[in-house]
Amino acid sequence: MSRQYVIRRILLMIPSIFGISVVLFTVLALAPGDPFSELAANPAIPPEVAAALRAKFGLDDPVWTRYYHWLIAMLHGDWGFSFASRINVETLILQRLPTTLVVIGAAQLLAIVVALPVGVLAGTRPYSIFDQIANTLAFVGFSLPTFFTGLLLILVFSVQLDWLPMVYRTDISGAGWQWYWEQFKQSIMPIAVLGLFQGASLVRYVRSAVLDVVRLDYVTTARSKGIGERSVIARHIVRTALIPVVTLVALQMPVIFGGALVTEQIFRVPGIGSLLISAMLSNDTPVVMAVTFVLSCLVVFFNFIADILYGWLDPRISYR
Amino acid sequence: MNERELRGLIAHVKTGRLSRRGFVRRMMAVGLTAPMATQLLAISGVAMAQSPSTYKPTKRGGGGHLKVLWWQGATLLNPHFAVGTKDQDGSRFFYEPLAGWDANGNLKPVLAESIPGREDGTLAADGKSVTWKVKKNVKWHDGKPFTADDVLFNWEYARDPAAAATTSATYKDVKVEKVDDYTVKVLFDAPTPFWALAFVGAQGMIIPKHLFADYMGAKSRDAPTNLKPVGTGPYMFKDFKPGDMVTGVINPNYHDANKPYFDSFEMKGGGDAVSAARAVLQTGEYDFAWNLQVEDEILQRLEKGGKGRVSISPGGNMEHIQLNTTDPWTPDADGERSKLGTKHPTLQFPEVRQALSVLVDKDSVEKYIYGRTGNATANFVNNPEKFRSKNTKYEFNVDKANEILDKAGWKKGADGIREKDGKKLKFVYQTSINQPRQKTQAIVKQACQKAGIDIEVKAVTASVFFSSDVANPDTYTKFYCDLQMYTVTMTQPDPELFMKQFLSEEQATKANKWQGRNITRWSSKEYDDNFKAGQAELDPVKRAAIFIKANDLVIANQVVIPVIARHAVQAMANKLHANMSGWDNNTWDIQDWFKDA
Repeated sequence: MSRQYVIRRILLMIPSIFGISVVLFTVLALAPGDPFSELAANPAIPPEVAAALRAKFGLDDPVWTRYYHWLIAMLHGDWGFSFASRINVETLILQRLPTTLVVIGAAQLLAIVVALPVGVLAGTRPYSIFDQIANTLAFVGFSLPTFFTGLLLILVFSVQLDWLPMVYRTDISGAGWQWYWEQFKQSIMPIAVLGLFQGASLVRYVRSAVLDVVRLDYVTTARSKGIGERSVIARHIVRTALIPVVTLVALQMPVIFGGALVTEQIFRVPGIGSLLISAMLSNDTPVVMAVTFVLSCLVVFFNFIADILYGWLDPRISYR
Repeated sequence: MNERELRGLIAHVKTGRLSRRGFVRRMMAVGLTAPMATQLLAISGVAMAQSPSTYKPTKRGGGGHLKVLWWQGATLLNPHFAVGTKDQDGSRFFYEPLAGWDANGNLKPVLAESIPGREDGTLAADGKSVTWKVKKNVKWHDGKPFTADDVLFNWEYARDPAAAATTSATYKDVKVEKVDDYTVKVLFDAPTPFWALAFVGAQGMIIPKHLFADYMGAKSRDAPTNLKPVGTGPYMFKDFKPGDMVTGVINPNYHDANKPYFDSFEMKGGGDAVSAARAVLQTGEYDFAWNLQVEDEILQRLEKGGKGRVSISPGGNMEHIQLNTTDPWTPDADGERSKLGTKHPTLQFPEVRQALSVLVDKDSVEKYIYGRTGNATANFVNNPEKFRSKNTKYEFNVDKANEILDKAGWKKGADGIREKDGKKLKFVYQTSINQPRQKTQAIVKQACQKAGIDIEVKAVTASVFFSSDVANPDTYTKFYCDLQMYTVTMTQPDPELFMKQFLSEEQATKANKWQGRNITRWSSKEYDDNFKAGQAELDPVKRAAIFIKANDLVIANQVVIPVIARHAVQAMANKLHANMSGWDNNTWDIQDWFKDA
């Protein structure tokens, strides 16, 4: 892999990010809805107030002027402010970021921790009882939507058993162990719902990746050399099989930032996902724009990382 | 009801032959609000009733942590920029008005020492001024004293057009003067029967001058206190995450003895109404949940959880059907439909409107859809005889509809749909996507079918339907169809604003970007003249009579068909005591909330 290639890839990212921002901005500007419709519908508030706010926030300007203003501000590091709360968008996002990273990050981790051993075991013993069970559970897992499993868990653990809280709070009182215990109790359901959902599909990926490798000649060679089964799996099979899985996981990283719309709504997790959905419902375009834009930048960036990783993990793949 | 009858009623209240409560109920039956009714009494010299206190705890604090759930969280905490009730409710923990409205429409003093009245001259006999005395021992959360200057400042702050405050309507047409450090006088240009708007209730919360004086007008967004409220309220600010969480701790120097009860509170936002109800009624995780627009059947099932109860308080919300008076189907050269000057092909005939009004089965809508959370409403009023009788009846009568239409010559065609002169009785009936509304549509459609009227139902996403987007044809203000249904709110106590929606000059048109409030585009010289007379009327009683007549005109001409008066529905933990009021914020008496030990 040449340095030239890396530089070229980095330069190519600029027009694609620019293109994305144009598309996002236009779509949002053309979408129906109005951030001040609630004001307009309230007879106690004179129409001039909504009109003055529209003028003040520049909503009456043509789309391209608004885009130009947005772009210039963005290049200066000014993300704009939310129409609904009149707070700077970056403050809003930073407020939501820790919770998102903790909950969604833990869910991703859970998915990997569950999927890796299960997938590898299932792949090395195809069509065994273990494989069949793992496969069935994986299918069930990714066929059930999160809003269903979420509600099911709430009904069982919150309503029936009264073990776990159904509302996620960011201001738990208490210190030390008590705090961790409360945090653990309230996070366990959203993390389980998300983690198992993603883990289920990951199991299938890992299994098929392992299956591809397990019959290759070099594995047979390793076995015939008399290397123990454990180290054949760990050293020879998993290492090779994981290359596509690593890319897949890398590409899912932006999702951690984006949060999970449905699950966050069900458990009232105040993450980026719920910020995005409430901003969309109230037509709070600066927030929607910022979140989606950051998300697409991350996707572009992690795509780049994945490409680089690919070349590094498997030197046979060469870029020019 | 005319002016003389109204005066008679007021006289009855004075002599004690009619209870205040009875008077208020009658005024509500003719379309006035409870606060309007009590103001009428006050200006006629009948003192406001003392709002009873139900507060039991004998010391401040010790109540632990109060957890309340708003499924739409507060997004800003400056009451002058509050967009919806969620923001006002959140602000009310920290900021207070001079007085609040209780459930019966009586004023309860908060920062005011007493309620102005005619007896001590604080309510001017000519109705042109009202004098408020404020409490002297009140301190802002940062220790600075609260004075008349703060009150005066709020008037200056909110009326500044550059600030675009949502409270501007309350303050822009009045003048406020400082009399002394603890007295302010609100002056009106004309005698104003509705004198308690400024500094009262949801729009009246008072922010501190010393923290906002540098951030008036266009600079309003930069005030750091926007995000960290410093008020006079029972709780002091701790933390705020827009849309997610507002937290606060007890104000140890609160100006009312032994209050508040709770040591701290959190107001959590997000999620949906059903699960909010569940968190209070079934799991008991929260003490209070706001605005549960959920079918009563579901609420009843959740209530079996035994952890809480549903609290229902009547307010001014009216679910109603509007009948288009213009032609929604023939666009003009510019593509504008429902344009002024056109006539609806079939709804222009009174008999068709009459038939439709008896085809809305309000009883079934109440019984099968809204349950405890709404009451079938008759007309606002048809004539005084009716609202005097306690069993006011509205009609659901398919036979009568058939008879009316037969008589007018609308004949059923081969397809069972009535027609006359080649025009068929086919209507498109739109509303927002919301389960109870779709069920109501189905009930109306079914009845209309039996009368030979074909209804095509249409449901539009709420965020589109209620938007003021000029480019979208499906907004309620464009009204590009024959019938439409939604809820109008009349929580603002003065009916003048509310009744503007039938004024000819308020007609929504392309020229005013459909900002006009008259959505049905109904135009009646009689109504306009009556309304103008009401605006210019100096005598409060005459004015009230005029507004009652305005209501009559709207109902008699079937401009709209009222369906259900929707109540405010909240869930409360069994032990929680909180008084709800339909005329003020949900947290209007948050200082009085307490729990049984």
